[in-house]
Amino acid sequence: MTFMDKFFAKRSAATFRPSRRQFLAGTAAVGAGLTIGFPASGQAPAAAVPNPFAGYVRIGTDNVVTVMSAHMDMGQGVYNGIATLVAEELGADWSTIRVDGASGNLALYGNAAWGGTAQGTGGSTAMSSSWERYRRAGAIARTMLVSAAAKAWNVPASEIAVSKGTLFHAASGRGATFGAFADAAAKEPVPQNVALKSPAEWTLIGKQGQRRYDSAPKTNGTHDFTIDLRFPGMLIATVEHPPVFGGKVASVDATAAKAVPGVVDVVTIPTGVAVLARDTWAAIKGREALQIVWDETSAEKRGTAELRAEYLAALDVPGTHVADTTGDAQAALGRAVKTIEATYEFPYLAHAALEPLNAVVRRQGDIIEVYGGHQIPDLYQALAARAAGTTPDKISMRIMKTGGGFGRRAVGDGDVVIEAVEIAKAIGFRAPVKLQWTRETDMAGGRYRPMYMHKVKIGIDAQGRLAGWHHRIVGQSILSGTPFAGMIQNGIDVTSVEGVAHTVYAIPDRRVELTSTQVGVPVLWWRSVGHTHTAYAMETAIDEVAAATGKDPVALRRELLAGKPKHLGVLELVARQAKWNEKPAEGIYRGVAVHESFGTTVGMVAEIRMTSATEFKVERVVAAVDCGVAINPDQVRAQIEGAVGFGLGSVLRERLTLEGGKVVETNYDQYRPLRIDEMPKVEVHIVASNAPPTGIGEPGVPLIGPAVANAYAAATGKRIRALPFETGVTQGV
Amino acid sequence: MQMQLDVNGRKIAVDAPPDMPLLWVLRDQLGMTGTKFGCGMAQCGACTIHLDGQPVRACQTPVETAVGAKIATIEGITDKIATAIRASWVKLDVPQCGYCQSGQIMSAVALLRENPKPSDEDIDAAMQGNLCRCATYQRIRAAIHDAAKSLA
Ligand code: FES
Ligand code: FES
Repeated sequence: MTFMDKFFAKRSAATFRPSRRQFLAGTAAVGAGLTIGFPASGQAPAAAVPNPFAGYVRIGTDNVVTVMSAHMDMGQGVYNGIATLVAEELGADWSTIRVDGASGNLALYGNAAWGGTAQGTGGSTAMSSSWERYRRAGAIARTMLVSAAAKAWNVPASEIAVSKGTLFHAASGRGATFGAFADAAAKEPVPQNVALKSPAEWTLIGKQGQRRYDSAPKTNGTHDFTIDLRFPGMLIATVEHPPVFGGKVASVDATAAKAVPGVVDVVTIPTGVAVLARDTWAAIKGREALQIVWDETSAEKRGTAELRAEYLAALDVPGTHVADTTGDAQAALGRAVKTIEATYEFPYLAHAALEPLNAVVRRQGDIIEVYGGHQIPDLYQALAARAAGTTPDKISMRIMKTGGGFGRRAVGDGDVVIEAVEIAKAIGFRAPVKLQWTRETDMAGGRYRPMYMHKVKIGIDAQGRLAGWHHRIVGQSILSGTPFAGMIQNGIDVTSVEGVAHTVYAIPDRRVELTSTQVGVPVLWWRSVGHTHTAYAMETAIDEVAAATGKDPVALRRELLAGKPKHLGVLELVARQAKWNEKPAEGIYRGVAVHESFGTTVGMVAEIRMTSATEFKVERVVAAVDCGVAINPDQVRAQIEGAVGFGLGSVLRERLTLEGGKVVETNYDQYRPLRIDEMPKVEVHIVASNAPPTGIGEPGVPLIGPAVANAYAAATGKRIRALPFETGVTQGV
Repeated sequence: MQMQLDVNGRKIAVDAPPDMPLLWVLRDQLGMTGTKFGCGMAQCGACTIHLDGQPVRACQTPVETAVGAKIATIEGITDKIATAIRASWVKLDVPQCGYCQSGQIMSAVALLRENPKPSDEDIDAAMQGNLCRCATYQRIRAAIHDAAKSLA
């Protein structure tokens, strides 16, 4: 069993049995106030399991309500969303809400959408995992506050009203703020059954005017990111990695680096060479002065051009695995009177979050504190303990908010976090260490959205119906070789084929094949994972079918989505809002796409204007989304707006190229995300729903590429099948 | 090298190599961490500050060239325009992660000082050096218009 296997085996078998003593220790640690927790509904009957106290909400004697979040906030707004759930049921005053990241208790923080087996933020699950759990936490806390007040005032609990952080008893005219009863409430028995509000009673959930609690500190420079942490005596570290993936340090001459004023130390760690200095500039200058001989014998030396040739060859032979076989694609293709054949190319993509990766480590007594954007905190804790040569209970995980993430802070080996521990260990933990990757370290640091290629053959019969869909995908597995490899089923990495295999479209005869390639470039999930490429292939291919059969693209989708009310609802809403049935304005061309990911269905219509024979501007995007209940409707809109900009930048010109195994685009001058001048107007329409919430951080991303490509085809008759567009346009067919 | 800087109206003595970018003097020496690091090569705008009222990239400003100039950072701009910009940013919930927003606000304040009623095109031209990886651009545009209106 590998370390990872053991870690996860232990996790899944773990049961949580807190004692009264642990609970008291927990409340003592946070100072006076109330700490409360419980399992997600349906997980464990009250009689069988002691109340799993500690960790969801803390009410200070100063009336501040601190929500302890199981999920990490990288800008997607989960802290705000979870705070909304608690505040709604608690009856809290929104202006007193704070949120902290929490970890170290699987029973409380295990991701409910993953069966509670690990704490983590990913797959756009934060709100679905939190929906029951945090509303219930708010309701239980309110009930305990009320019983404490009822005892103190000697009145029936049923006569006490709660509103905006205050308890009232009308008949006696008594009232108090939450803080006054925080201590007493913590000692009340924990109610096993609490009723949650019905949607009609909501005052925060689903409300249009509701604002984020954390916007103000983001406008005056006080929102604290990992990069902003400062401790007395702290050293700043930069790191030099091998220039090619799989390289190793052969020898280091640190003389010149150590001569740079401000440089304190140079240490070799398993992943490279680190320079420690009194400030960041010295650490950067010191790194430039390093003389390192690398051992590249087992390194990946292929470039993307070589990989492309290999992938193209792999597309010509049957895939090694079959991910979906329904009906008989081969026979159906035999009946076809017309076929569409297309090859799609998708480059490596970097997350390129604006805060370059970092982590801070300091020893306090016998505890090692590890600060960072811990997307999988318990795993990182175990990895940090192993790296530091100690036990997990000696590692204190401090979860920071980050300047973006997009999947990059959820890494199976904990990269930058563990690297920071290694560096601190190399200097004997004698000073706090902030490891700050530069933009170049970040961009060349691997963990990319894998490069993929698809080859599609679609048949159309004499009646204009689909007659066979054959789809082959070639690319690296994201899950293979990670702690998540257990999710690979029968050799199929679902993240390589999601969105194509088992499509919702009524395609009776289909076959989806997969060949997972072996390449030494580390890969990772990138906002919306497999859907980043599968939705592009599917939605542009469907558009080609519409063109080949003379059908309207919306009408064809309507036909193929018959019996799928959620998809149809979104399709109809976006078509109506975009006035699809009317002729577009002079010079405007439109494209449509519909796709489901992370339980959420999104439809988009992109409107473009050609500015030359091959160039265009995306002027407007109309989106419709069904994500179940929209907890914060304005944040749902914000996520779709952001997803449009993020996704549009990626299809227009983002690509990560390797030459001889080395990364070419190491900063924003060559790797070019969207800027403001290319941001279209985005209009978001939300399907009204009281169904439990589904994902919203990712599902908007996959749509914009195909919607724009389909608009481009409407304008020019040309299909863009290679991304980014600046490549694909020249190869247009 | 010993230097005296004028940061947000305060005279501050610093001791730094003359080529150290002002960004790191502000962040590491003065503890003013509101100004962010994103690229280190004038590509992202996260480090935008004002030097004698002009928006500049602190990562490309050697500290010695800032001696004698009035330096303003996100922590220090509190004039009417900055106040209006902040209010509109909060009103429209512009930030997602927030990391780029110090730089966005510094650029937006400089724009409104020059041009109290900018068009979308003016905004795009003035703000295109400021990357937002969360792509909050639509709200940035809207908030600048909103602030301009509130100041009119
Ligand atoms: S850090 Fe200065 S422009 Fe990016
Ligand atoms: S808000 Fe995240 S980079 Fe702009």
